[in-house]
Amino acid sequence: MADTAPTADARTAVRKAPGARTPRVGARREPVRRSPTAPPRSFVWTRRIVLTLLAVFTATPVYVMLSSSLKTLDDVTGSFRWFPGDLTVQPYLDIWETVPLARYFLNSLTVAGAATVCSVVIAVFAAYAVSRHRFRGRRVFTVTVLSTQMFPGILFLLPLFLIFVNIGNTTGIALYGSRGALILTYLTFTLPFSIWMLVGYFDSIPRDLDEAALVDGCGPLGALFRVVVPAATPGIVAVTVYSFMTAWGEVLFASVMTNGETRTLAIGLQGYATQTQVYWNQVMAASLVASVPIVAGFLLLQRYLVAGLTAGAVK
Amino acid sequence: MTALDTPHPPHPPHPPHPGDAAPADGPEPGRRSRPRPRLPARLRRAGLPYLLLLPALLLELLVHLVPMAVGIVMSFKELTQQYIRTWGDAPWAGLANFRVAVDFDAPVGEALLRSFGVTCAFTVLSVGLAWVVGMAAAVLMQENFRGRGLLRALFLVPYALPVYAAVITWSFMLQRDNGLVNHVLHEQLGLTDSPTFWLIGDNSFVSLVVVSVWRTWPFAFLILMAALQNIPRELYEAAQVDGAGIRQQLRRITLPSLRPVNQVLVLVLFLWTFNDFNVPYLLFGKAPPESADLISLHIYQSSFATWDFGAGSAMSVLLLLFLLVVTAGYLLVTGRGRKHDG
Repeated sequence: MADTAPTADARTAVRKAPGARTPRVGARREPVRRSPTAPPRSFVWTRRIVLTLLAVFTATPVYVMLSSSLKTLDDVTGSFRWFPGDLTVQPYLDIWETVPLARYFLNSLTVAGAATVCSVVIAVFAAYAVSRHRFRGRRVFTVTVLSTQMFPGILFLLPLFLIFVNIGNTTGIALYGSRGALILTYLTFTLPFSIWMLVGYFDSIPRDLDEAALVDGCGPLGALFRVVVPAATPGIVAVTVYSFMTAWGEVLFASVMTNGETRTLAIGLQGYATQTQVYWNQVMAASLVASVPIVAGFLLLQRYLVAGLTAGAVK
Repeated sequence: MTALDTPHPPHPPHPPHPGDAAPADGPEPGRRSRPRPRLPARLRRAGLPYLLLLPALLLELLVHLVPMAVGIVMSFKELTQQYIRTWGDAPWAGLANFRVAVDFDAPVGEALLRSFGVTCAFTVLSVGLAWVVGMAAAVLMQENFRGRGLLRALFLVPYALPVYAAVITWSFMLQRDNGLVNHVLHEQLGLTDSPTFWLIGDNSFVSLVVVSVWRTWPFAFLILMAALQNIPRELYEAAQVDGAGIRQQLRRITLPSLRPVNQVLVLVLFLWTFNDFNVPYLLFGKAPPESADLISLHIYQSSFATWDFGAGSAMSVLLLLFLLVVTAGYLLVTGRGRKHDG
């Protein structure tokens, strides 16, 4: 009984700590900052004009995607019009028939989900080691892992392709074209950045907290999962979002390493263009369907991403 | 690593817990002065970080470092289609693959050089514009105003959108006959005599830059916005009291404070943009116009069109060497700059 008390102490302390340390970036109640002198009118006007132009530039493709997905095929193949002539939801019904979109969707979900879970768990372990332990090879590890981030994907593509094909030939394990190979590949793409960001985040959590947990009899892993991970939740959410987005959007490896059965959305969407006809309204509808979950998730969680970047990467 | 194999002590040899020895009356200060006889635990502690790193290390080895080594070996082999399945048997080619790649008088080398030039121009333009736009937006949105949160969410949408969905939409907008861009420029504003081809010919370079900037600037914005939050408010207030205008605040406070962030940001943007495969591939397909033939797509295309993986690997290795040199040079220069600051 007696030894649970200090742990609870440590935990509440942890819960308070990050809240106090990381300003909630997206918080709505952010106090309006009154500067001693209000910004000059010229600044306010510059701001209005520049931001409006940027908003138009940013939003136009999104608008085109949405409005064109509600048009008939005749409408999208004719001269462009800002508004649909006849509003129709038919494209949203047809997209599932023209190509096996549901299968692609499921493939993307499986691959991105599995890659994200594995990548985040592995990154948490690695980041904990780098942040909390001084060991031989620490610098070498950090530098090596980070430097793989700079290498072009094309550099790994040919050898990996060859390795997967040859493993399949010699052992009979069909890696090439499988979801497993894709998961394996994607999770390593996001590992370096995830580790880097989590190290920054873990570093910002006072060491006293997990040392207190250690003294209270938690093993190092107990300290990690009971103290450090809860305190680093924003960072972990940020890394999760980043990993999922990366895997969901990857094109290069998906274009080579998938077949008809395992194809992801990234490649599947090209199926709406045939030799003779591009079903632009369906392309836009399918793009929207592929985008909505990810954009909605991102916008919901962007606060964490910004907070994670503020605490971790940007220092 | 051998430390991993030694059996772990069954339980951390911490001292008997203070709570156990002196149940309730253990005074708080006594608990704080934790004794740390950690001698046997040191072995365990020495092995633990490696154990924690093991999964990450294995995966990095498996998917990055081993393939990289294989790629370097491949670049010295005559690895044509017939050897794809038995690449160990492919004959050694010495430097032949590299010689072909850098023979700028022959078609292969000439195409590679042109692609490299296009990629450099594209990268400089795209990174420069993305940084300027991201910086402008971040600075303009540093102060709170009505609609700021909404605008920020909107600005992050291009970053959040899956690249294929976004770029396919752009390719629709850039269509000659039914695209939005020509509709506005030609039909509505009458700026061009006839509808422009945006996806073939020299204009495709412009399209490539625009789409790339549209996609990249939100990332710069996101990072810079996060960094701006870390600049103490008091600095600006003090500067205002001293009568510094907005421009001076920008030059004396904002830019110097952002310097370390900018150094990393520009490097990351450079590497991403230089290696960009997605935008040209999705915009133009496997065979892009010459003016938009970025290096990653060029290597991809020349490898898979001819199945000459040896030549493709040689080009990849050259690309890697170039990136290493540029990155090392950049880090050297910015590192020196940082010392001067300190």
